[in-house]
Formats: sequence, structure tokens, C-alpha cells
Amino acid sequence: MEIKLILNGKAVTDHIEADTLLLDFVRAHGCYSVKRGCETSNCGLCTVLMDGKPVLSCSTLAARADGHEITTLEGLQEEAADFVGFIADQGAEQCGFCNPGFVMNTIALLRENPDPTDDEIRQFLAGNLCRCSGYEGQLRGIRNYLDQRGGRHGI
Amino acid sequence: MMTIKNYVRAQSLEEAYTLNQSRRNKIIGGMVWMKMTSLNINTAIDLCDLGLDTIEETDTAFSIGCMATLRQLETHEGLNAYTCGAMKKAVQDIVGVQFRNCATVGGSVYGRFGFSDVLTVLLAMDCSVELYKGGIIPLEKFAAMMKDNDILVRIHIQKTPARFSYEAMRAQRTDFPVLTVAASTLGKLAVGARPMRAMVMPFSGDDIDTIAEQAANTIPTAKNLRGSKEYRTHLVKVLTKRALEGLYGN
Amino acid sequence: MAYRSVNQSVRKKDAMQLLLGKPVYVEDIVPKDALVVKLLRSPHANAIVQDIKLDTALKVAGVEAIYTWQDVPQTRFAIAGQTYPEPSPYDRLILDRHVRFVGDPVAIIAAENEKAALAAMKRIKVTYEVLPAVLDPRTAMDSEILVHPEEDWYPPCEVGGDNKRNLVASGVEADGDVEKILADCDIVLDHVYHTKACDQAMMETFRTYTQTDRYGRLHVISSTQIVFHCRRILSRALGIPKSKIRVEKPRIGGGFGAKQTAVCEVYPAFVTIKTGKPALLIYSREESKLAGSPRHEMQMHVRLGAMNDGTIRAIDLHTLSNSGAYGEHGPTTVGLSGHKSIPLYTGRLEAFRFSYDVVYTNLQPAGAYRGYGATQGIFAVESAVNELSEKLGFDPTVIRDKNMVREGMVMPAYYGETASACALDRCMSRCRRIFDWDARYPVRDMGNGKVRAAGVAMAMQGSSISFVDVGSATVKLSEDGTYNLILGAADMGTGCDTILAQMVAECMDCDVDDVAVFSADTDVSPYDSGSYASSTTYLTGKAVEKACSQLKKQILTIAAEMLECDNTGLLLFEPKGIRHMWTGRVATLEQIAYKAQCFNTHPAEATASHTSEVSPPPFMVGMVEIELDKETGKVDILDFTAVVDCGTPINPALARIQTEGGIVQGIGMALTEDIHYDCKGRPMESSFMQYKIPTRLDMGKLRVEFESSYETSGPFGAKSIGEIVINPPAPAIAHAIYRATGVWHRDLPITPEKIVMGK
Repeated sequence: MEIKLILNGKAVTDHIEADTLLLDFVRAHGCYSVKRGCETSNCGLCTVLMDGKPVLSCSTLAARADGHEITTLEGLQEEAADFVGFIADQGAEQCGFCNPGFVMNTIALLRENPDPTDDEIRQFLAGNLCRCSGYEGQLRGIRNYLDQRGGRHGI
Repeated sequence: MMTIKNYVRAQSLEEAYTLNQSRRNKIIGGMVWMKMTSLNINTAIDLCDLGLDTIEETDTAFSIGCMATLRQLETHEGLNAYTCGAMKKAVQDIVGVQFRNCATVGGSVYGRFGFSDVLTVLLAMDCSVELYKGGIIPLEKFAAMMKDNDILVRIHIQKTPARFSYEAMRAQRTDFPVLTVAASTLGKLAVGARPMRAMVMPFSGDDIDTIAEQAANTIPTAKNLRGSKEYRTHLVKVLTKRALEGLYGN
Repeated sequence: MAYRSVNQSVRKKDAMQLLLGKPVYVEDIVPKDALVVKLLRSPHANAIVQDIKLDTALKVAGVEAIYTWQDVPQTRFAIAGQTYPEPSPYDRLILDRHVRFVGDPVAIIAAENEKAALAAMKRIKVTYEVLPAVLDPRTAMDSEILVHPEEDWYPPCEVGGDNKRNLVASGVEADGDVEKILADCDIVLDHVYHTKACDQAMMETFRTYTQTDRYGRLHVISSTQIVFHCRRILSRALGIPKSKIRVEKPRIGGGFGAKQTAVCEVYPAFVTIKTGKPALLIYSREESKLAGSPRHEMQMHVRLGAMNDGTIRAIDLHTLSNSGAYGEHGPTTVGLSGHKSIPLYTGRLEAFRFSYDVVYTNLQPAGAYRGYGATQGIFAVESAVNELSEKLGFDPTVIRDKNMVREGMVMPAYYGETASACALDRCMSRCRRIFDWDARYPVRDMGNGKVRAAGVAMAMQGSSISFVDVGSATVKLSEDGTYNLILGAADMGTGCDTILAQMVAECMDCDVDDVAVFSADTDVSPYDSGSYASSTTYLTGKAVEKACSQLKKQILTIAAEMLECDNTGLLLFEPKGIRHMWTGRVATLEQIAYKAQCFNTHPAEATASHTSEVSPPPFMVGMVEIELDKETGKVDILDFTAVVDCGTPINPALARIQTEGGIVQGIGMALTEDIHYDCKGRPMESSFMQYKIPTRLDMGKLRVEFESSYETSGPFGAKSIGEIVINPPAPAIAHAIYRATGVWHRDLPITPEKIVMGK
């Protein structure tokens, strides 16, 4: 079947199989930032934005995305570069495999809630697993970024 | 691995219903659970074009489209004001935001999953299910029914004045619950993740200890990976007590 | 000592690439038209393949080939990434007619795409002769069911194994007369502890790509911590010379020891050898959890003898380790359960005995997981010491002050090594202070059935495997005066590429940005054992220091010609060049580098290797405060505070993240990471849906500080950090739970149900 969607701002038309997952579709279109970490919708590595909302691309049919706008980290390099340096300063990227999903969901969080408290950050990002960092460094990085851009000290 | 041969975005409920009469065709909902199965689906029926992804609020009721997501339940102000936050509390620990942006209310309720927080919390309300052919039936009745080929179109919640509370025990914060309890001043105590489907125990009065004792004595539980029958029955008592305390302000 | 580049928190060199999602992992960089490799796995724990019918499977469109036990070489090998001759027995074939656990591969399927491979898999008809299985490690030894009855089972090292007894290894070591001292003690604690086969759960599952390179050789791109061992393993398994194999690693999505075993490399390699075509095998999460290389399940019997004044005089530890169906890392992991736990109490210890048996069972084979046996042993010994403290009514930090190993002590239970750099005492006092132990140790009732309580544990590990591991580095001068650092170690996210570059920068007096790093490729890298056993900073770091020192000499030699100076002693090495002390003339690094390329015989590069006769332990103290819900049994971690002595932290930010990450893995092991087997021996927690690693809502607040000693045998005084950090949480949390409930839990994980039901 044929689908048409906007992928990172560009119109894409492609033939897909009915059961092609959005994850495999975007990777086939060069969006290698999108990772698969499980088969059970648990890890958050495959997070992309669909019409601006974070979704699991492993659990979404590419066909469902027909007519919608899909954004991966490839399409948000500048917005991401704004804050990921603060994660890098903590060394909290570690192996990096969970980073794109984590970064995408953090972007979604900050668009929805530009000045979250620490608890709001933890709650929003709970679906992003990370096995390396112990999470605390990711939180410090986000917090430093928010402080730097003048957020209140959310506790 | 689940496979799908054809994908159809139904343009009417009638079209969806007709397609759904074949056993090899499936309505996909949010697909988060279905994709973990090894189903070989002939036609995947997607209801996403039917405008069923909204939560509508009137003075007397909420009408929740089957394609509304768990995240919409979580963030809907009216719904959470009416349920004293019980709705948010029930869904906010389900895996993660991205998951809840995918999973649909219809999928959750239609699936009647044993672990469902959603079913549990809705059962404590004055809630009914609108089926395309079957019409409007009480959720409690629907929850006990076998799955059939009808289509769950909407969930209706009457805004009967009441207070609600929700308690769940999770060993890890975003895990399936070991047990869920929802209670309301409508005299409904719903217990889920028993691990069987959620069920309702009507109660009256506010003698918390007696009601909790009664719940533990009458609500059947069983074992699975997350807990033994004995532990669950213990939790029925503890969480019932807490849910009722939540209702009656301790 | 003030450093310019080491002991500084510089960003990881790959940080921005990773954070911006660039394609740097195996699946991102390999051709998309490679054959997809899938493995048909045994549904039985112990069975003989009697017949395999492939005809209908081979008819599936897109299937390239299917291989069975009849197609593979018949030389047994081990997949443990260890120095030759490996302590792990050679007990595997690529495909064996005898399958020994649920998940053991039965057939290799190669197809043009995943769908075809899976469709073919469904159509393979296998007839098994199902055998009774050994599913309980406690009764495995001398069972009449043998996991490895084969005659060609072969242990390259004598480690006390005997396949006719289901024994991978066994041994005993002792110092002093344990029985006599125990008999003389006021109190002897005698308890059995049990830990499970926890999964590393690195986010990137096992995966390997193979192709034939332009010289007709096997080119392997794998997510591995051990490129050189991997080449050797493949050479033996496939029966081809090492000169015909090249193994490289790109970025790795986490390892934690899992990828210290060549879990999946042989399968696509075999496909490429047979077909000549590129092949890619990516394990699903389920495969990673069914047929990976998890922690060894261990049962530890501790007898701890002490006096009423708290003096710990004797420790007798017996460890039973479950290696599963194959023996990789079995003989070595068990050693750490004693070697890295008992020496913590060197202070007043008069005698110890450490004995062990490692058994085969028909369960998933275990491997290397961060901590490598120390984690298990420390849970047992630290718990026993906490039990002793509570029994005697001593503050458990005080009893440790009294008995702990201190700098300068000889540790009989640690190969007789001396604790040459040990700040364990300072770690304890600092942790006590910043955690506010005195205020938080008493149990506090919070009302509503909730109780707050605290627990403590110490830990140690090693830094490399003494007399075995080799770390190497090549440092080259480039034409613009910058450097290339070439390594065989494997940065799996830890940051060792950056840490080692910091050392180059320190040695060569340049910026870290002026050091480009490459790792790791068997064709290019100098030999390195690989990144495991807490060795990279300590050992490869020292090799970097040596290589820099040699390169400086080379540079001076070239400069001497340029500056017409026959005594390099008169030349000063300065950031931008070499200055003649007397003439003041300067040859810039750029000039020297160009000179090295023109009419020159002195290479502007140096390679050095390093090994060590000692394995200096890092030390650590962890304290935890929990809130325990007595009605539901739920444990919330409120605060985990750790003070670590890793010698000089080369990169404090990365050392801190290592510590935080290790603590959270330890919290998972203590509370939620459970393994149950079904009646067939299949782990039921084979997904992230069932195997629950901590989320960011499950770990409370972490506080990490460093209390450094200076290890003279390490680079810039460094020891290791990577593994030790996973050790303290389990015993500290078990301790806090005892404080809250009055019940000792000696079986991990400690679930809410166990807490409520009091068992």
C-alpha cells in the first residue's frame, strides 16, 4: 500500500506492507537515531513525535502515520543541540543507545511544560529506560539546562 | 511476530463492523498489546478516521471515544476534577507517556485485560459502554461478557455526584500492578489485577475495616508471576482500606 | 597533585554524536542487503535432535540456507572472552545435536529478509528425543543426568572440573585453621544466601554483522568488548586461521560484561563463510534474555566467627555457582565471590576458608556481569556482618571500623597482596558524615504503616586480572602536532576512549581535543585483552603512559637531528615543540612530524603494552535509606549515598556516572530483577515487560563522592571504578529492610511479597 506523510518536514511517499512498523519505516528512510530496544513497548528507545506527540514507533503501524507528521531526532538537531550539551557535561549519555528516545521525549516534555519540576521530569520520562547512567546525571543535565535558561528551581 | 496482510481505515462504523465479522480481521486500537501477539491478521481495521479520539464533557456526562488515548484520560481536566484525580492516578504509572499516547481507552476496555488499571477505575463509576450493535450496556456487564465481534464505540460516564479514589500496588513503578482497587461513594468497590479481570463489590456504609475484611473474604484472587493468591488477598484488604480512607478522608 | 587533563571532567569524545542520534552502532552502519540470520532454538532443556526436516522451510521464497548440526565443524570451543588458555571449558559446538537448555540453537536460518527467515523457521520440523534435565543447581553435582556427557569435553586449564560429575570447576583455599578459630569464637553465624541469574539488560542487544572483505577474509563487525578474544574464538570455532579474520567494534550500546562473551558472533560468521555473503544477526530482547550470558546464580554458605566485642576472627565461605548449560566464565566468576569479599575483613581476621563448586545445569548459560561474582559474595559476607552487628548490638559502621582492611595490610584472602592504596576507612567516615548515619540509622515510624530505616555495606573489586591481562596503546604524532591514540580496549559507553585520551593529553602536554581516538579493530589496534575485569583505566591507562613516554623519546630523537644536538638530555619537551636548552632553538611538533615523513627512520609513533602483578582493589561504602510500607511490603529507596576510593578519578564526572549507574543496577538486583523458571527450565522473565529493571522513579536520590587513595602502580594513581559500584546496594538494602521489619532476607530479590509474608 502507498502512504504519504511528512517525515522531518519533508513529504515522503512510499509503498509499504500493511504490517510495516513506523520504527522500521523511519529507519528505512535514513532515520537511524530511532532504536529498537525491546518487543514489548517497554523501553522508549523508539520514541518519535507524531503530530508533535511522543509515541512508540515500535507499536505504531507506518500505515497509521499516513497523512501525519512524523519527527525523529534527525529533524530536531538544532532544538536538541540546545540542551544535550548539558547531558554531555554530566557524561550521562554513556552508551548512547537510549539517548535519541530520551532526547525526543525530553523535547516533548519541554514543549508541553517548559519549566518542569524534578518530579515532573522523572514522571514524564519514566518510560525511557536507561541501563547505564542511573538516571541521576540525566536529571542533573536537564536541570542545569533549565537553570541556565532561567527556570525556577523545581523540586 | 504479528503479521497483517491488509490495512483499512474504516470510513464508517458500518464498514468497520462488517470487516470485523471475519475472525481473521481485527480492530487494532492502539496496537500496543496486539503487536506482541503472533496473530496472523488478514485485515487490520483502523478506526482512526472516525473522530472517536475525543473526550466530550457535558453538564451530566463524559463521552469518551474509543480511540482516545490513556494519556488523554490522564490529562483531561474535567475528568480528573470529577474523579478527584482518580483517573490520573490510575493511568499515570502505565509504562510511560509514549505508551499512553498509543494505548487507547477502547483497546484497554475491550480487551478486558486482567491487569487493566483503566477497567478498574471505570468500574467504580457510573459507567457504560456503547457498542455499535449492542447499544449501551453497563460497563460491569460488559466486563463480564465474552469478547465478540461488536465494536466498542464510546465509554459513557454519568456525572453522578460522587467521590472516587484509586490505589494500586506495583513492585516497580511502571510495571503491571499486583493489585488495583478503585472505590467510590456510589457504593462501588472495583478490584482488578486479581490477576483476573476487575470485578465490582457493592458496599454500603463507611465502616472501613468491615468492608475491607469483606472484600478480602469475597473477592477471588489467584497467583501469577507478580504475586501469590495469599499476598493478593492481603493486598485486597490493605488497598481497599486505603481506597476507602481516601474516600472518607481517613 | 595538580593535573591539566586528568582528574578533569571533560566531555566524552563521542558524547554529541551519541546524544544527537548519529548512526554509529552495528545496525546503523552495515549494508541493508545483508542476509538476515535467525536461530531456531530448542524448546527443551535437554534433548537430542533426532531428525530435522528442512525441505518445506527451504522452499520459502527468500531463504538462502539453513544449517544444522550436521553442517558445522566438530571442534569444541568456549565463547568466554578470556586470555588463552581460557579457564572456561571447551564445551560448545556452533550447533550441537545435543541441546542443553531452552534456547540452545538447533538451526541457523539465513534469508533475504526477516519475514522469510521467520516463515522458514516455522516450517522446520525437528524431532527431539527429550531427556530428563538438571534444573536445580543444588542437586546437579553427581546427578545421574549429565549435561555434558561427551568425550571431547576439554578444559584448557585445570580448574577442578569434571564433566562426568556436572562439575565445571571446584576448589578450596584457606589460610589459618578456620575450624579451630570458629570453635574458639564467642559467636558463629551460619547462614545461606542466594542470588539469581540477573540480566545485564544493556539497551543494545547482542548483534553481529559479517562479510567477506576485499582480501577474501572474514570481516566481523560486532557489538563486543573483546575484539581479539573474539577473533581467536571464531578461528577455533570455524576452523580458519586468524589471519583470515578481522574483528572490529563500532560504538556499543552497553555491555556490562554481557559482551565479554562471544554470544552470537559464530552464527553469522558461519553463514558468511558458507555463502560468501554478508550476514547480520540481531538478537531480539527475548533472545538476549533466553540465550544471553547473565550473572551466575550463586548460593553462598557463610560461617562467620566473632567475639562479643565485635572482633571478626574467621570467615568460612562455600559458594555453589550455577553455570548453566555451558561453562563460560564459570571457573573464574566463582573465585571473586570469595576473593573480593573476605579480604574486606583482613583487619582482625585470623583464618579463612573459601571453597567452591561450579555446576552445570540445563539452564541458560551464565557469563560475565559487572561485579563478576564479587557482587554475589559481597551480598553474602556483608549481610553476614550486618547480621553480626545487629545480633551483638553494635552499630554496623563501628564493627566495620574495627575489622576493615586498611592501607598497608597484607590480605591473605586476596592472593597475599598488600592493600597499597586503601581509603576504605576514610570512605566509611565520610559516608557516615554526609549520609548523617547517626541520625538515620535508628528506625523511624512515619505513621500510616510506613517505616524509615537505613543500611550499610562495603565493597571491593580488583583492577585487572593480575599476571594475565595485557593492555596496549599506540600513540602517533600527526603533521599538525596533534595525536592519534589507537586502542584495542572497548569503550562500551563507559568513556574509556576519552579517559585514555586525557592521559595522552596529560603526558604530551596537549589539549584532550588534540587527541583523536580509535578503537578497536584486530587489524589495526595493538593487542589488548579487552574491556573487562575493571582493567581498562588501570592497565591500558598505564600502557598509554608508557607509549607516550616512548613517543616523547622518538620525538626527541627526530628533533635532535633537526636541532643538531647529539644529547637529547639537552632538549626540553614543550607544548608546541622541542627547545634546545642552550641554543634556544625550537623544532615545532609540526616540523618534527613532517620531518618524520621525509628521509627519516625514526617512527613518530610508539606502541606499549602493560601488565600487572597486582590487581589493586578499589573500595567503596554505600549507605541507603528506605521507606518501607509494612502493609504492602513496598520499599522506596529514598537516598543512596556512596563514597568510593577508585584511586585518582581520571574523569570525575564519568566516575560519578559509573557509580550512579552501578548503584541503580544494584538496586534492581536487590528489589525487582527476578528470574523464575517454568517447569521446562525456561526463564519466564524474558522481556522488559517481565524483567523489571529500575526506572527513574525507582531509585530515589543518589549521592556520590570520592575519597581517593593513590595507587602507585596505576596511571596517575588510578585504580578501577566500573564494577565495584554494583556491589553495595543489595546488602545495604537487605540490611535496611531488616531494620524496618526485623526479618533478614537472604534470597534476592527482596520483593514486597516476601517482606509482607515474612519469608
